[in-house]
Formats: sequence, C-alpha cells, structure tokens
Amino acid sequence: MNIIVLLKQVPSTETMIQIAGDGRSVKTDDVSWIISPYDEFAVEEALRIKEKQKGGIVTIVSVGGAKAAEAIRTALAMGADKGILVNDPATAGCDGLGIARILSTVVQSLPFDLIIAGQRAVDDENFLVGAAVAEFLKIPFMSLVIQEEIADGKITCHRTIEGGTAVVSSPLPALFTTQRGLNEPRYTSLPGVMKAKKKPLDIKTLTDLGLDPAIAATPLMQVISLKFPEKRKAGKIIDGATLADKAAMLAKVLHEEAKVI
Amino acid sequence: MPQDILAIAEYGNGVFRKVSYEVLSEGRRLADTLGVKLLAVVLGNDIQQIAPKLAEYGVDRIIAAEHPLLKDYLSETYTQVAAEIIRKEAPALILTGATTQGKDLAACLSARLYAPLASECIAVRIENGKTVATRPMYGGKILADVRLDAAPGILTLRPNAFATRKTAGAGQIEVYPVSLEPPRTSCAHMQMDTSGKVELTEADVVVSGGRGMGGKDFSVIEALASVLGGAVGASRSAVDEGWRPVSDQVGQTGKVVSPNLYIACGISGAVQHFAGMQTSNVIVAVNKDPDAPIFSKADYGVVGDLFEIVPRLTEEIRRLRGDSQ
Repeated sequence: MNIIVLLKQVPSTETMIQIAGDGRSVKTDDVSWIISPYDEFAVEEALRIKEKQKGGIVTIVSVGGAKAAEAIRTALAMGADKGILVNDPATAGCDGLGIARILSTVVQSLPFDLIIAGQRAVDDENFLVGAAVAEFLKIPFMSLVIQEEIADGKITCHRTIEGGTAVVSSPLPALFTTQRGLNEPRYTSLPGVMKAKKKPLDIKTLTDLGLDPAIAATPLMQVISLKFPEKRKAGKIIDGATLADKAAMLAKVLHEEAKVI
Repeated sequence: MPQDILAIAEYGNGVFRKVSYEVLSEGRRLADTLGVKLLAVVLGNDIQQIAPKLAEYGVDRIIAAEHPLLKDYLSETYTQVAAEIIRKEAPALILTGATTQGKDLAACLSARLYAPLASECIAVRIENGKTVATRPMYGGKILADVRLDAAPGILTLRPNAFATRKTAGAGQIEVYPVSLEPPRTSCAHMQMDTSGKVELTEADVVVSGGRGMGGKDFSVIEALASVLGGAVGASRSAVDEGWRPVSDQVGQTGKVVSPNLYIACGISGAVQHFAGMQTSNVIVAVNKDPDAPIFSKADYGVVGDLFEIVPRLTEEIRRLRGDSQ
C-alpha cells in the first residue's frame, strides 16, 4: 500500500509569536519548529497502517523552506520511507489553495492508495489544504478522523462531529484528515534518526513540477495585517474567611457585578 | 456580476444551529452595507418544515435543497449540491458557521469553485469593495486581517462571535431540484452522545476541568455546568489522562470556545489552553495553587480546593436562581 502524508512545519505551540516589521508576517528568527501536531498524527497513522498491512511505502510530501527538510527527516526517523520537499521562494506568497495545487501536483506524480493530512496546520488554522488536495485529485475526502479500518479496498473512518461520531466509508484511493485521539505518535529512536539520514529526500522547485511560479504564487487571499488580541489582565482574587465564604462571594460578583449568571 | 450574499444554514435534530442565526444576522448586516440581497440555503432531508424559521433573520430568499441522500452530511454530496446552487446564484460572498460541517463544506467548496476561504472569522468588513475578515491564527495568539481578492469569497464564522438580530424577511421557500448520483462515500451510522448535551463551541457557559480534577470523576464540574445550562470542557492534560473525551478539549489543539462565562477548575493555564478560551467574556479560575498562571488572565480567581469550592458555588447559584424565580 502506498501512503502519502502531507506535512507542514510550523512554529512549536509553546512559541511566543512575534509580529515582524512588515506588520503582516511573523518573526521566525527565534522560533523552534515542529511538525504540525495533526500532521504528526498523520505520519503515525501511516506507519501503523503500513505495519498492519505488512508492507507499503510511506512518502512524506511538504512545501516549505530549506528548514522544512528537518521536519521531513523527523518523519523519516519515525519510520517513513521517503520525502519530497517543494522548496521554491515563489511558494512564500501562496495561499492554501496554491499550496494544495502544488501538493496535488506532487501527489499525481506518485503511486498512491491513501493520503493522510492534518485537519489543519496550527499556524494559519484555515482547515483547507487536505480538503482541497482531495478535491483537486477528485478522490473521496473524510475529515476529523479518530479511527480507521482498511479492508477489501475500502476505508471506514470514524469522524468526530458535533455531539458524536459519524462512521463513513469510501473506496480507496481516498484522503482523510486527522483528529486528536487517532493515535499517540511514537518518539524517534537513535537508530531511527541514523537510518533517516540515508533515506531519500528529494527537493523540488515549481519548475521541476511543471508549474509556472507566477501562477502558483498568485494568492486569492492575502494577510494584510496582524495584531495581538487584547491582552487580558489579572482580575480580582475573591477572598473570604472560609471556602464557603469565597464560593458565596464568587456567586455574588458573577451575579451582581459581571452579570453573567 | 456577482453581488448577493449566500448564507448556508445548518441544522441538527430538527432545529437550526445557533451559529446559523449568527451567520444570517451578519449576512443581513453585510447585505445592507452593500445594498444586495441575502439568500439562505439549507441542504438536507425533510427540511421544508423548519426552513421558514430562517425568514426571521431578514433573509430575502430561502433555497431548500432536499434529497434523501442529503439526510446525513457527506462532503461529497453536500459539496456537489451547494456548488451547483452557488454557480447558479453567483453570489459575491458565501457565509457559513465554523462548525465541523461548515468548515468541511467550506473547504471543499473553496477548492471546487477555486474561491478564497477564510475560516473561523470573528469579524468581517467591506473595504474598497473587498471583503476583509479578521481571524485568529497560531492558536489565537495572533489576529490576522485577511483580504479576499476573488469572488465568491467564502467565510466560516466562529460560533458566539457574532450577535443574532431578528429582522422580518421573506418566508417564501424555493425548492431546489436536487439530482444526485449515488456517492462514493457512504455514512454507515452516527453515534450521538446523550441528547440534550450543550455543544461546547456554542455554549453560553463553559465549565472546564484540568489536571486538578485528579481523575475521571467530573461530577462537581458537571453539576455546575448543568445549573448554568452550560457545557463541560477539559484541558489537554485531562484528555491525555483519558479522563474526558477528545471532543471536550479546549485549547490550541482542541476546540476554541468563546462563551459569556468560562470557569476553569484545576487548570494551571498553559498558553495552549489559553489560546482556546481567551475570547470568553468573563473568565473565572478556581485553583489551589495561588501561583497558577491562569490567575494572571482570569477576571475572577478563587484560591482553594475546587472540590470544596465548586459544589458550594453550584449551591449558591441554585439559591440565587431560586430567589430570582
């Protein structure tokens, strides 16, 4: 089984994000980078499917700068077989649709039975790329998956929906996106890291993919400015002689002062 | 020339989601700003009974697409029918709620129509004829203004971020003739949680428990949420411990909530948790550690054992409610 994982390198979720001088991008100098957590679930699930099916190739595909190779190497160290990084300065201006176009072009050049992607990247949080790649490839799409089974050329996915779960099936090839709870990603081992260094990682430009850099980098949506949300300040600490007094005082201020209960 | 605003409404258990009314209200406001019409679209089965409800929010036209295959949401069928209606109506802007279904459908439509998408918007304005939306990025640590440079633009609106406003509108339902091939995907069944549970992202009150809960017993939290008509949430540590389902997780890698009142119990307040609840109107923290970071962000803090304080708070609220009734 050929499995493709779409992966994005993002600032770690602990990072204090700073706005750059242009007012519309973030500073990347002091950022520590990670595989977007939902994409990490995707890598793990691909490896588990490969192990269960007793064979197959897991290919990691990413669009990003030279640094993104580190994220791919981490996925290779977890056990993925090979990686493809589209590293082209023109992609810096891409919106999600542009990135999905590039990813689907890469995927089209590979054999695949299944594509797994994160439900969203935890930087731009737009929930778009997985769905768009499935759409461009005209394959079935299932989002927010917490459990899957593959049998007889079909995949059955348990999707989280508001207030419950929906069980959806489709023939392969298909694309699904991950939800927390799907698995617990493995740590990389030292032998894994050593092996990863020898695994193939192809770096491609848009021209290599037969895409016109000008077209690929014409976004339909642009960030025009960034700001910080209003900072919340520490409020009142409710005091009282006993815990019962504190609870009563809290109820009172919520009722009379904040007027929220 | 595309001009109108098309809002896609979503329903469950025979009623429209609250966020759908927020979407229609914001759609009405934008339509008035632009001097255009507001169309409401609803997809499903057996919807002609509830569709007229949409008229209460100032809708000019209601398009109902009914088909047995639209009974349960599937990306494939909903995208096909919604895309057909959008192509026919050629709106300038498409709005829907940032629910799991809304975000899924919006993303599929964005690719199908090659139309720009901004998801989880918390404010929308028109600037020089173009749509500019404000949306959180990096788990809410940053707010971005994004401009949509092509029509139709697609926006999903975050629940609880927009006010609802009732305005009289046309009640006429136009039935859209749906024709669907059997889809490749199929929905085998749905497992829904016990009915009557308030959806976390749409709740007016959220009471969350964290590591300080110490175990699976969330009954004190549930009782407080229940008396307030709210929903129960959890921090990542509580979910990682297996005390609560993933669907309860509030935070950067969980759900983002924006209730009128957020009560954090036994949650220290990691930056990732804060990302998921910082836009709440009022934040209350109960924690026995006086140095917990949550207190630096909470409007009201109580230092003490949550198992002592929360039940007493529940009792006090019950008493207040009893007095005022």
